[in-house]
Amino acid sequence: MTTTTPAPLLAAEGITVRFGGLTALEDVGLSVTPGSVVGLIGPNGAGKTTLFNAVSGVIRPQRGTVSWKGRVLRRHRPHHLADLGIARTLQGLNLFPGLSALDNVMVGADRLARGGPLAMLTGLGRYHSDERRLRERAMAALEEFGAAHAARAMPGTLPFGVQKRVALARAVVAEPELLLLDEPASGLSGEDMDALAAAIRSFRSRMGVLLVEHHMDLVMAVCDHIVVLNFGEVIATGPPERIQSDPAVAEAYLGDTEEVGADG
Amino acid sequence: MVSLSDHESTSRDKQPESTAPAPTVGDRWRALPALVRFPLAALAAFAAILALTSVTGPTGDLRIGSVGYYMLAIAGLQLLIGYSGQISLGHGAFMFIGAYTMALLVLNQPALPLWLNMIITVVLSCTAGVLVGAATARLHGPYLAGATLALAVGLPALTVRYPELLGGSNGLAFSTRGAPASLAGVITNTQWQAAAVWGTTLIGLVVLATISAGRLGRRMRALRDDEAAAGLAGIPVGRTKVIAFVISAGAGGLAGACQAYLLGTATPSSFTVTLSLSLLAALVLGGLGSMWGAFFGAVALVYVEVWGEELAHALALDSNVANNLPIVFFGVLLILVILVWPRGLHGMASSLADLVRRGR
Ligand SMILES: Nc1ncnc2c1ncn2[C@@H]1O[C@H](COP(=O)(O)OP(=O)(O)OP(=O)(O)O)[C@@H](O)[C@H]1O
Ligand SMILES: [Mg+2]
Repeated sequence: MTTTTPAPLLAAEGITVRFGGLTALEDVGLSVTPGSVVGLIGPNGAGKTTLFNAVSGVIRPQRGTVSWKGRVLRRHRPHHLADLGIARTLQGLNLFPGLSALDNVMVGADRLARGGPLAMLTGLGRYHSDERRLRERAMAALEEFGAAHAARAMPGTLPFGVQKRVALARAVVAEPELLLLDEPASGLSGEDMDALAAAIRSFRSRMGVLLVEHHMDLVMAVCDHIVVLNFGEVIATGPPERIQSDPAVAEAYLGDTEEVGADG
Repeated sequence: MVSLSDHESTSRDKQPESTAPAPTVGDRWRALPALVRFPLAALAAFAAILALTSVTGPTGDLRIGSVGYYMLAIAGLQLLIGYSGQISLGHGAFMFIGAYTMALLVLNQPALPLWLNMIITVVLSCTAGVLVGAATARLHGPYLAGATLALAVGLPALTVRYPELLGGSNGLAFSTRGAPASLAGVITNTQWQAAAVWGTTLIGLVVLATISAGRLGRRMRALRDDEAAAGLAGIPVGRTKVIAFVISAGAGGLAGACQAYLLGTATPSSFTVTLSLSLLAALVLGGLGSMWGAFFGAVALVYVEVWGEELAHALALDSNVANNLPIVFFGVLLILVILVWPRGLHGMASSLADLVRRGR
């Protein structure tokens, strides 16, 4: 990642976030280039989700900038991300419980529709072709993640692993250029985890990925580059091999009472 | 993904993947474009209403017409509450606006045709909806309910404030043109009125059903279930909420116009807070989340009152008791139905339909 780096998709520089007296992030920077998988790791409370929130416009950092394809994002809000080409999964499942799995994914595909407000209100114009397009795309995404059989089921009736697949399908169905994944593996069985690793690797050909994850096996297996946070500060960056042997990283995790891999 | 072997799904809707089931009549019907499906259903419903009013007398026609405009009002509330998840206790305020718009138009511009009055009403009540919706866009749950409640309480008081224009507490009375002369003898005036109300209602319902079955409806249900996740999917949360509010205001206004047209009056006492609460109760009784719920709710709203009055009459009850009997009936019905079928009368109807299907 050091030589001939292509222009980054996403670059966060000097991000500082304080909640009252608590400094959640202090001068944190990272960048994601197209086709790469960047891991963001650190003990519980290190500030990983906060960094995601700053990048996606949920919170405004006190200092620092977020740029997308070289353009600094100011005053952006979460609902602008999809049109920029950024998708994000939340730390929880956050599926829409009152919508079928297929409808959940169709919501994610919403930006692929071509009709305008008039079509939505009247049923005229592109209304029907949009519905068909979104349904086909959503179905294809469910198939890609092996959840097509669940299309008509309500999320609450599905096993946890399948719900996670539906959430992933919802995030990537609109073909983002960057995918922010917040702990996609939490609660998954070994087999589901392998499938997830394969999926993330396959994303490389289509998009950049920023991955927050506590399962080190997964992180080490899929990431090209890793950024380690501890108490809101970057304590190490580099390729997986270097991070694995970095004494500062080991210390950060050993200092943490919870074992790496366990997550709340 | 690589491993697809873990189809441990316990989903009820799981289908064998090798042999896709042949599409049923219902599947084929649902695959039709909304633009074909809903107008066809509305035409069938309109034919049924015409058939029904041809055997009922003037009182029956009036009641059937009342079911129509209540259904339209409740369907608008359904879009707001059942789909976008915003609670309004002030839906009656928009019916008030619609009814008085209609009355003022008929009294001051008698030459205008009915359809134009209806369109003007929709435009006006949607405008009111934009104002209220934009002002309340940042309010959630109980705060929104409180603000809309204040509207329902305050707005009808305008009639006393401006008695010259709005007729004070007596309201405005007017007479509308009945059936056209060419149809004299074929159709009675009340039949014509019920048909006009239902025609308007069904057009409104087609629009509401189209919206809720498509992208906009899905956006609303998504933000109702999880605003953060809906926002991340690119859905403009605030704007979609205001749009839901405006559409529901338009439906409420149109329903009010239909009521005024049918009854030939617009009085403040018809638009008290009780109306707003009754609409909400009827929506819950009918069933949240489906446009069918609006139909069941409207039927219950009209006929529980009718039966309550008839019972009170039969028992020769004291008028104090008699006046409150319908609302007591309605409350008891609401509690009983919701205890057994949390999804209301629509939920009851679909579980019965399931039973019948499985029994075959
Ligand atoms: N909205 C908030 N208000 C106040 N403090 C917050 C807020 N969000 C996060 N924090 C605090 O900021 C710190 C960083 O939290 P964050 O959620 O980013 O950690 P994390 O690295 O994602 O942890 P985990 O692995 O447990 O998900 C924590 O101390 C947390 O309590
Ligand atoms: Mg977190």
